[in-house]
Amino acid sequence: MPSRPEPFRFCTRLTLRESTGLRAVTLAQLAHYLKVLPGSVIFHHTHHYLQQHQSLTPEPPNDFAYWVSEVLGDRGLGERLASVDTVQFASIRALRDRLVATIEAHLGAHPWLWLRVAPPEEAFHFVKAVSIVLPTPYRAATLAAFAEALQAVTMDSLYYHIFEARLRLERGNDFARWFTGLGEPALAAAVATLDPYTHTMEDLRRTILTLVHRRLPHAGVP
Amino acid sequence: MTPTTLEAYEPVVGRQVLDELRYLAEHLQGRRIQHVNSTAVGGGVAEILARLVPLLTELGLPSRWDVIMGDPAFFRVTKTVHNALHGQPAVFTRRDARTFLDTTARNLKTFAWDGDIVFIHDPQPAGLIQAKPAHGGRWIWRCHVDVSAPHLGVWRFLERFVNRCDAAVFSAPQFAQRLAIRQFLIAPSIDPLSDKNRELAPETIQAILHRLEIPQDKPLVTQVSRFDRLKDPVGVIEAFRLVRRTVDCRLLLVGGGASDDPEGAQVLAEVRTRAQDDPDILIRELPPTSHLEVNALQRASTVIIQKSLREGFGLTVSEALWKGKPVVASAVGGIPLQIAHKHSGLLCRSVEGAAFALKQLLNSPRYAQQLGERGREHVRQNFLLTRHLKEYLLLLVAVERAGDIIHLNNAPGIR
Repeated sequence: MPSRPEPFRFCTRLTLRESTGLRAVTLAQLAHYLKVLPGSVIFHHTHHYLQQHQSLTPEPPNDFAYWVSEVLGDRGLGERLASVDTVQFASIRALRDRLVATIEAHLGAHPWLWLRVAPPEEAFHFVKAVSIVLPTPYRAATLAAFAEALQAVTMDSLYYHIFEARLRLERGNDFARWFTGLGEPALAAAVATLDPYTHTMEDLRRTILTLVHRRLPHAGVP
Repeated sequence: MTPTTLEAYEPVVGRQVLDELRYLAEHLQGRRIQHVNSTAVGGGVAEILARLVPLLTELGLPSRWDVIMGDPAFFRVTKTVHNALHGQPAVFTRRDARTFLDTTARNLKTFAWDGDIVFIHDPQPAGLIQAKPAHGGRWIWRCHVDVSAPHLGVWRFLERFVNRCDAAVFSAPQFAQRLAIRQFLIAPSIDPLSDKNRELAPETIQAILHRLEIPQDKPLVTQVSRFDRLKDPVGVIEAFRLVRRTVDCRLLLVGGGASDDPEGAQVLAEVRTRAQDDPDILIRELPPTSHLEVNALQRASTVIIQKSLREGFGLTVSEALWKGKPVVASAVGGIPLQIAHKHSGLLCRSVEGAAFALKQLLNSPRYAQQLGERGREHVRQNFLLTRHLKEYLLLLVAVERAGDIIHLNNAPGIR
């Protein structure tokens, strides 16, 4: 008989924004800083919208796409940057490489864009996310307890186990990993293949709860 | 003001938000916090500290709040410094620097330091940072001012104090400077339970309007701000006069004073002159503690305007949005963080732009209502006191521990 996994321990992560003091007014500067700044900067600018506008998503824009479209006025590149499918990347490094390659290819094809400069008051300011991860009191040893806890934890907790664990800590979706250990491979696969970027956080919670409830005895929709 | 416990915020922000504050505070138990600013009443900083300090103490971090003492000459100099940091032309003389340093020295002799973490708010008490080596602890300069394009001479004067801190905090990314220390970004907040923001019964609002002699026979456009040139009250009057060519409405300018602002009376006189006894321009000068009155006036307004030339953050915008009011505001300082143009309010950059936006909102009540509703939700998610409190707790963790991902491992009681 396979051993039971450790109970799932819900953590939460709270974020503080830290300024790098660096700013870009051209596409070339944007690409340069994207290459050299820490991953926590890339993570912030591609993810903070998800949390700040919880009621407005899906369709989360990243800050780079927004700035290129709205400030530099290049809607073509803006659309390409907005379409970079974050869920396809397993690390910040890979996401960074794609963003840089997209900008550099566009600059190569449209060399006059080297001359386009944003006004100083609309410069792109690079900010990084400092994440403070802390355990919550919620633990679950069974699927039923998991469902109960999932309804109670904050969106920050959900965010940590889905977004931060996968892309920033590079260990995949925490929930899916635990379901696998619990002997629930189908549930794990269903959760792992969710595209969290096309749900609001509350939608995501509801969707995962629905999937979990289907595996419970006397299954029903919560 | 009645002290409010954390528990009272649950109906507004939810149980989970309060739980997270408590988890976080458990990791910081016993840290003593000291805040220093330049005024006990008037202005956003004093209002925030009045609420934050008791809540930090309730969370197990004993907190105190001290105010720097200064004479009128000192506050004239600090007003010059304030305007210069906002990028206004300024003459900051050696004599001004002497006045600043002498007052700082007098305060240093008498100040009681009692914090493991000391927050110095804004430029006025920045000289006190010289006490850091003797007192020890972590020191944080909390800048509430828009320093995106400061007067360089004044900034250099201040920078030498600021760089001795462990960290600086700015309200928006564009305010951050190249400093030798870490710079965190924390937006200020409003307190949904304070007299200025809590729900009011219609009869309370009516009684206040009656007492302050505010007629209600026309749509009311209101700006609530200190009488300060950077709030551009004269520009508001000009915009109002453009609007009134086609829309019958009334303007209300509500201002209070702050003990660290010596220019208020002069600006108020200029505003009265510009209003020229126009019966549709109402000017009400209220004491800085008139929170309930301001609340009622905002709630009774049809549209709120905030036509500032520069802003640290512009909390009057959050106050108005929280009340579900449509807002026209300048795209300066922290205001674009609060208003997404055409989504949660209208941004403007000129007298003519402000007038056009006011007309749109006065003539399209349904559109105005939608903007107000979205604005309220944005404030609920991002600009309430509990978020501010959480970020201050996170800041305390971040200044004690290096790294972009910090793990705090002791779990609170397991459920």
